[in-house]
Amino acid sequence: MSLQISCPHCGPRPVEEFLYGEIPVVPDSITDADARDLDRAFMRNNPEGPQTERWFHLFGCRRWLTLRRDTRTDEVMEAG
Amino acid sequence: MNEFQEKKIKFAWPEPKRSYDVVIVGGGGHGLATAYYLAARHGITNVAVLERKYIGAGNSGRNTTIIRANYGIPEAVRFYQRSLELYKHLEAETDRWIMHKQKGLLNVAHTESALRTERARAEVNTAFGAKTEFVAPKEIKEICPQIDLTGGNVWPVLGGSYHPEAATARHDRAVWAFAEGAMKRGVHVHQRIEVRGLTMSGGRVTGVETSAGPIAAKAVVGAVGGHVTTLASMAGVRLPIRTHPLQAYVTNHYDLQFDVIASSPGLLFYMSQTARGEMLVGAEIDRQPSYSYGSTYHFLQHCSHRAITLFPFMRSLRILRQWTGVCDMSPDYSPIMGKTGVDGFLVTTGWGTWGFKAIPAGGEQMAQLIASGETPELIAPFGLDRFASDRMMADRGSAGTH
Repeated sequence: MSLQISCPHCGPRPVEEFLYGEIPVVPDSITDADARDLDRAFMRNNPEGPQTERWFHLFGCRRWLTLRRDTRTDEVMEAG
Repeated sequence: MNEFQEKKIKFAWPEPKRSYDVVIVGGGGHGLATAYYLAARHGITNVAVLERKYIGAGNSGRNTTIIRANYGIPEAVRFYQRSLELYKHLEAETDRWIMHKQKGLLNVAHTESALRTERARAEVNTAFGAKTEFVAPKEIKEICPQIDLTGGNVWPVLGGSYHPEAATARHDRAVWAFAEGAMKRGVHVHQRIEVRGLTMSGGRVTGVETSAGPIAAKAVVGAVGGHVTTLASMAGVRLPIRTHPLQAYVTNHYDLQFDVIASSPGLLFYMSQTARGEMLVGAEIDRQPSYSYGSTYHFLQHCSHRAITLFPFMRSLRILRQWTGVCDMSPDYSPIMGKTGVDGFLVTTGWGTWGFKAIPAGGEQMAQLIASGETPELIAPFGLDRFASDRMMADRGSAGTH
């Protein structure tokens, strides 16, 4: 992990201050309602590359932020 | 594999054929063990193992080499006990020294609820074939004299469980033993061949696209560590896997003998002594999914704090090196083995942080599944279909760290 995450309220802070929160993405190809629920509950895209994710600044401002991170390099590409 | 071992074992590296009965993707412990048992137990030798780097380059060469069966649910106890027994006889079976050493594993509890968990663990283990006993602090001190029972007055040791059959083995040697045993019987192991896609025909997997051209196969087995989601998605299979980094470190030489594998499930920390005398320390996975092999200072700090508090002698040691592997974590902390719903495509995955100890049984059972077409009873509870049918094999308390 890159050692720091830029919090919009607190500035760059060490990653250990944050909690990771994922965003389940169900593919459009799954149409059955039960199958979508199953996918949302358990299955993960787990991409090798950029993904959008949520982080909670637990030991800081205690607010959620959204960012894009490349899971191959841990490079944070944009903070929101 | 290093040059010395290649010379000593005299592996043959044949050119890849255009078609095989079985293609196994991933030349780690699980892939090679599956190939080995296919050849040794079922006489199926028209098999190829494809490895992107070199055999044992992934988690098979990065784990902390612990073999144990003290799990918390009956299905897991039976499976890992089978693996533990196969490991015991692996040296005799393959005629290769894998440095298997029985050490015993001590789980310590710091709270009343952890104590109840350890008591339950001892009962479940005894009932389903593993040897685990509940121990009091006095017995813990006898088993492991170096422990500070007051836990630095922060994490007092109230009791625990002792699993005498737990062992360690040299991970590379286990991988090489399986590779050699498979290759001696005619299995092809191909290093530096990367699988780039799966060939589908009529809704079933019929082969793989590789960096060395297409290879046809009647069955393709995904035995990839960490990157399994990408492989399965090529067949349209969705997996409940998140890939997290896991770190470990070793210290310099400790002068005295540290016989036991010491573990605190509550602190998510464990350590053992390697054959070179180094203290090997591991902890929990990093919180965020990632495929990077980066190590962090935070981990060293966090883990050393726990190590020093429970084992004050660790204070005088220095950290030699640290490393990272990427683990495929399942939601219920149990493996996912068997059929995927797509014909011709099987997986053995979800080995998270607990894959090394399962190599022989995982390989044996997967081989039996491929040979017979029927899922063996031992691994039936660990199928991918358990998530849809709400039969989770939840065992986080046993599988969390090692």
